[in-house]
Amino acid sequence: MAEAHPVHGEVHRHEPPSGFIRKWIFSVDHKVIGIQYWFLALFSVFVGMIMSLLMRLQLAWPGREWGFLKTLLPAAAENGTISPELYLSLVTMHGTIMVFFVLTTAPQGGFGNYFLPIQIGAADMAFPVLNMLSFWLTFVALAVMMLAIFANVIDDTAAVGVVGPIGGWTGYAPLSALGERAGPGQGTGVVLWITSIAFFCVASLLGALNFITTMLNLRTRGMSLLRLPLTCWAWFTTAVLALLSFPVLLAGGVLMLFDHIGGTSFFVPAGSYVNGQLVMEKQGGSVILWQHLFWYFGHPEVYIAILPGMGLTSHILSTFARKPVFGYRAMVYAIFAIGLLGFFVWGHHMFQSGMDPNTAIVFSVITLAIGVPSAIKTFNWLGTLWGARIRFTTPMIFSIGFVSLFVSGGITGIFLGQTAVDIPLHDTYFVVGHFHLIMGVAAIFGMFAGTYFWFPKMFGRMMNETMGKIHFFITFIGVNCIFMPMHIMGIAGAPRRYSSHEGLAYLGDSFMPMTKFVSIAAFVTIAAQLIFVVNLVWSWFKGPKAGENPWEATSLEWTIPSPPPHDNFAGHEPDVHHGPYEYSVPGAEKDYTMQTDPERAKSAGD
Amino acid sequence: MGKIIAVIMWLLVIGTVLLFVGQNVLFGDGRLWFPENISEIGATIDTQFSRTLVVVGIAFVLSQVALGYVVFRFGRRGQERAQYIHGSGKLEAIWTVATGVVFIVLAVMAQFIWAQVHLQEAGPNAVKVEVVAQQFQFNFHYPGADGVFGRTEPKFINDSSLNYVGLDPSDANGKDDVQTTTLVVPVGDPVDLTLRSKDVIHSLFIPALRFKQDTVPGLSIKMHFTANKAGKYEIPCAELCGQLHYNMRSFMLVLPKDDYRAMAAMSEEKFKERLTELLQQYPINR
Repeated sequence: MAEAHPVHGEVHRHEPPSGFIRKWIFSVDHKVIGIQYWFLALFSVFVGMIMSLLMRLQLAWPGREWGFLKTLLPAAAENGTISPELYLSLVTMHGTIMVFFVLTTAPQGGFGNYFLPIQIGAADMAFPVLNMLSFWLTFVALAVMMLAIFANVIDDTAAVGVVGPIGGWTGYAPLSALGERAGPGQGTGVVLWITSIAFFCVASLLGALNFITTMLNLRTRGMSLLRLPLTCWAWFTTAVLALLSFPVLLAGGVLMLFDHIGGTSFFVPAGSYVNGQLVMEKQGGSVILWQHLFWYFGHPEVYIAILPGMGLTSHILSTFARKPVFGYRAMVYAIFAIGLLGFFVWGHHMFQSGMDPNTAIVFSVITLAIGVPSAIKTFNWLGTLWGARIRFTTPMIFSIGFVSLFVSGGITGIFLGQTAVDIPLHDTYFVVGHFHLIMGVAAIFGMFAGTYFWFPKMFGRMMNETMGKIHFFITFIGVNCIFMPMHIMGIAGAPRRYSSHEGLAYLGDSFMPMTKFVSIAAFVTIAAQLIFVVNLVWSWFKGPKAGENPWEATSLEWTIPSPPPHDNFAGHEPDVHHGPYEYSVPGAEKDYTMQTDPERAKSAGD
Repeated sequence: MGKIIAVIMWLLVIGTVLLFVGQNVLFGDGRLWFPENISEIGATIDTQFSRTLVVVGIAFVLSQVALGYVVFRFGRRGQERAQYIHGSGKLEAIWTVATGVVFIVLAVMAQFIWAQVHLQEAGPNAVKVEVVAQQFQFNFHYPGADGVFGRTEPKFINDSSLNYVGLDPSDANGKDDVQTTTLVVPVGDPVDLTLRSKDVIHSLFIPALRFKQDTVPGLSIKMHFTANKAGKYEIPCAELCGQLHYNMRSFMLVLPKDDYRAMAAMSEEKFKERLTELLQQYPINR
């Protein structure tokens, strides 16, 4: 809070607001805002997943009529088939919704908001009102994005059958800067899409400022920087990345918007001849400029999605291994290194873009250098588990799954990061498989782990372990069956963003059977997510009551009731004596030493 | 529980290795892998890919097997406590330096191939072709018998009268120029491409050559390659360019030198007649 800290030990309570709207809708309580973000992401992830289901239907059975589609999408798929433009619109919306409204919101806005203040011993975020604004701007952004899906309903001139923009989540210019003449959905659809992203950028900026200030200024007595849980370091670094990268996307987005509604030409060069006509009114724009602006944001964004999962994995592995994190300092430095290097590699998305080939060499070498801190993390996770006494709870097995997926998804980047090897692989399914494993599924495993781990604290009840484990096994095997074969399809040369690969003879006879296999694996995996939803709902109402510290963990959130009171520590300021990973301390009474426990113990950072 | 997870993890590793290595052995021609390579540079790219596959494959198998192993071995045993270790600076340093060296060496090796692709010229005797991409076709522009390209300008572009590249009708050099939607090149001679786009970004992807380059509105990008085997090869578009992106593809005809020379001297009409014949004659190389 902004006011002066009370003298240690003195009680300085904050009473919760009484009205429903102030308490649950326009709340300034970081815990309510965290839950709001988390539900927004949950809604978005199901929207995005249904879109992927439709795409997989089309890819495995191209052009087939689906009776249910006539009912589900009467405007976009009147005859029940997924048209090429509907397919591309699904590609665009699936990517945009997943990246912005799931991967960026749940780990940071959701868990970060809820647990950063508690883990550092604060009563709330530094700027609670800003926090509320940040969530509601994100909400507006989502609402506008949903409008973009129905662009053809709004825009009479749109071709029948289109559901939104078709330019992909990267919205490359000039396809996305030329308006409707470049393709259906590229007019009103793109305007709404880019407006939504601009709102999202502002929301993320506000959130980032708040996270950075909170972690630096509101740590409780004894919570030195090297006693912070690794989750906090990850959220902090993520916030720094967001603070430095979102403004660039915002600038790019505003320029793009002006190209649509302001008559400017930032991204369209002179002499364009589109759809049978010369574009007389546009000149002087640069096509590659958009890609630089986009990826200057886009690459740090990958780390914005994955870093919180990495922090959380370290935290959970240590907790259930009953062992200190192996190499705490190295872990912190590795997070910094990944964050820093992450700003100098955006060009590896652009090796074949026409960018200067000398520049590509620099980007390539720095890209492979990122493998080093990533390898440090993997090594330290294995080190944490070595000699452990693992408790195989659901959050733990999801974290183990995270490590496995992080290795699989990260390691394929070694191919793509090399300029020459990227030539045949760029824009093929190899890339699709790679980034889904690492920033998609690994990050989502982090979110699942976080949900199973913190649900008892957030809602006061335990989640069902049996359902959790079934959910894990199907999902873990499922995602491997979906994304590993995609690498092979990419090696064979299957271009991405194709609504059908049937026309390409060089792909050979085993391509379609493998595509069908991937689709079926996707359907099973998607169906298994219903187990998660059932578990959530059931546990929320019927789950066994969780005590203060059901996992026997050490960080500050486990010293207060579940769910925590409005001001977290009931007006007290906790005193911190140790680092967060004091498990199995020799001579200690229990196998975990709380951060607030005054008992002497050697710990990292002391 | 730990043992089940470990076994599943190991099975997935075996499955992945089979997918990447085994299917090549098991299925022969039916395998899903790079299409047959027909260029020298493609062979070096394939070698670098294989080298990376070996390095990455070893790292992948080792780390997944190790993860399975610790999960298998270090499960809970009654009230027994875990080891109290905070890390090891020495192990950390060894690991960091080792991965750093391997990754950077790979990255540097790849740059030598990259330099051959991008930082060298095609040579003075190369066959010159201009590529002009548009929604949803690739146009290839040849200088004709005189070996000189006619002047082109956007204002002369007229799709309905088949002047896709915008040849200036008043330029004498352009009278014998040829525009097609098939890339025709000779076996064994270097080809010098200039790539442009009329509308949005496209990408000329020739899997058999391990060739890929975006065509960018406003830019003229120079590229070169040499094809070593006659045949008909597919050229899909690899950059999202709109509604019919999936349907945008051309063919590359690699012809014996004599056949090519004969065609290069033909008028546009004859060239296209001959091209139609040849396209029917050659099956698609897969």
